[in-house]
Amino acid sequence: MSETIKVGMADLKVCKLPDCLTTLGLGSCVGIALYDSSTKITGLAHIMLPSSKDIKNNSNIAKFADTGIVETLRLMEIEGAKRSKITAKIAGGACMFAFAMKDNDSLNVGARNVEAVKRILGELKIPILAEDTGENYGRTVIIDSNTGLLTIKSVGKTEKQI
Amino acid sequence: MARIDLDNLDTIQFDVLKEIGNIGAGNATTALSKMINAKIDMSVPKVKLLGFSELAEVIGTEGAVMAGILLMLEGDIDGMMMFLLDIDSARTLVNGLLGKNSDEHEKDDINFNEMEFSVLREIGNIITGSYLSALSDLTKLTIVSSVPSLQIDLAEAILSIPAIEFSKIGDKVLLIQTQFDNESQINGYFVLVPELESYDKIFGSLGL
Repeated sequence: MSETIKVGMADLKVCKLPDCLTTLGLGSCVGIALYDSSTKITGLAHIMLPSSKDIKNNSNIAKFADTGIVETLRLMEIEGAKRSKITAKIAGGACMFAFAMKDNDSLNVGARNVEAVKRILGELKIPILAEDTGENYGRTVIIDSNTGLLTIKSVGKTEKQI
Repeated sequence: MARIDLDNLDTIQFDVLKEIGNIGAGNATTALSKMINAKIDMSVPKVKLLGFSELAEVIGTEGAVMAGILLMLEGDIDGMMMFLLDIDSARTLVNGLLGKNSDEHEKDDINFNEMEFSVLREIGNIITGSYLSALSDLTKLTIVSSVPSLQIDLAEAILSIPAIEFSKIGDKVLLIQTQFDNESQINGYFVLVPELESYDKIFGSLGL
């Protein structure tokens, strides 16, 4: 039986065939789905902030793009994934609320999260196969370890797969 | 340097936050009651410090659609404030104000037209405005709020905005949960996110 394992906010998990990983309602947070097609070992991280270096209280490594991605990769490799085979799909990083009045740093965190995730994946030489980011709506994502397909559901929108 | 440690609030600080929630929400309830011209009772607010993963579960069922109204705060208190309504409560209030029959809509209908959307934003504006003016009266602090922004989406996605703000200082979110109560069961939640220095100002203004 295939099981769908939930990944919370500021959380990360790894699974094997035939399980799926899911995270609910990514707003400005970013979901990074990592997949090794040879071993079908799958990882999903739900990060909230771009960098652990900007924050003093940074003990929760799943909260940040930099430490979260590295930790997910580490756990996948422990399970037997091959680094050279791992690819990524990313979703989220929306700007949920628009304000005309000012360019507010806290409200642009979605875009900054996406930027950081791309930069870090680039530095780690993990190719990004697909992305569904930005805009102004939340996304629920499910990654299937059998196919590596990332299903994205949003309120009032048709489901899509990348 | 901020003195407040959100993960280790003492009983008095916790009670003060609860009382602020009580007064703010009480004021908001009165405003709401006048607006729809019906008596609304309010439950005693619950003040909770929650982990990120618990937040959405406490507010609604998993994957519930909610209306979220966000305001940015400036002045003596910097930060943001959010007011959330579950989607059926939002519909009830909008219909009440527009004098429409509630039976016209299916449960969980998320389609609000332009007029309804703007009424909902105004409801949020009045509720958060009366909450903040109570807080301002109590603390004698100046609070300037932005024009509210409204979004209807999954609770988790909407809450990610205040959660990210809290995530910069710790791993918990301070939630003030208020249940409005009348025949139609209106459920509302306030999330106040002052910056750490502003917590000090709030406590300081109250002699703590």
